[in-house]
Amino acid sequence: MTRTARILLFALAGPGLAAVLVIGFTGLPAFGDYHGVYGAVVTGVELSERHATDYVTALNFDLRAFDTLGEEFILFASVTGVVLLLRASSGEHQGSRDDLGAHGHLGASEALRATALLLVAILVALGGYVVLHGALTPGGGFQGGVVLAAGPVAVIVAGRYLAVRELLPAWALEALDAAGAAGYALLGLAGLVLASVYLKNFLALGIPDHLLSAGFMPLNSIAVGLEVTGGFLLVFTEFLDQALLIERSGAG
Amino acid sequence: MTAVQAAALALVALNGTAVALVADPLRQALLLGVYGLSLTVMFFSFQAPDVALSEIVVSTVGLPLVILAALRKIGEQDRKREREEDEP
Repeated sequence: MTRTARILLFALAGPGLAAVLVIGFTGLPAFGDYHGVYGAVVTGVELSERHATDYVTALNFDLRAFDTLGEEFILFASVTGVVLLLRASSGEHQGSRDDLGAHGHLGASEALRATALLLVAILVALGGYVVLHGALTPGGGFQGGVVLAAGPVAVIVAGRYLAVRELLPAWALEALDAAGAAGYALLGLAGLVLASVYLKNFLALGIPDHLLSAGFMPLNSIAVGLEVTGGFLLVFTEFLDQALLIERSGAG
Repeated sequence: MTAVQAAALALVALNGTAVALVADPLRQALLLGVYGLSLTVMFFSFQAPDVALSEIVVSTVGLPLVILAALRKIGEQDRKREREEDEP
């Protein structure tokens, strides 16, 4: 398509799009004007019915726990797909990790290494906190899981990628990812056995605001946290393997 | 709408435009992190701390590492190709 034809097409289509947008935006409700009946009901019952103070977690891990099961397996399938695509294939050759060891800290400065060292402990503690307090304060399995995964990432940023690979080999990360996904599905089965409905709460609700409250939500949160930590680290290490170790043999 | 919310929205618009306008992918990846941070502030100012937390972990931990690793791989392949073209 020539430049003039493109401009002509835009001259015709542009005003039409603008008109539709203007009509659409003028029909929007006023700022902050909320009409969701479901939202009002849900935020009204979560504290009294589920003893959870973070309504978003209570929604994700209890009232609509089945949706979260689907999301869990979307993540699981995505991670599996990334791993399948990025592993060294027949046309590629995986370099020895000893070559990488000769680089020492891979160019990380003293200041970066000191900062990363300080960050590791903080990130792991914060991640564990966010996972365990999912039903009490903002956050939950997903957010805490990514923060937990950020701990090893800080070590990688400090140039010790091989140390992370030795400490967390691929099979361990795969096991973590799978255990989290399976754990969530099994918690659902436990609900089926103990409360006769899949993913229904089967534990005592406890006292609101206490660490062990909100029924099985903390367990759901831990399962999701494990899966997210394993899945993110698996994706990161596969990407870094491709970037640092794997070379395409022959003309690609 | 409060002043903080208006400022957060303006910041999101500004940073989003900046990400789209920068041509170099490496700079773009860094700006994307800043954009994620402004989105986090925006979500937080609209009283959605859960979404804000998700946004900050994805935009500071999840995305940059994957993008930077991919950029390094692409750059390496380009350099290798250039070397091969120069040699014969």
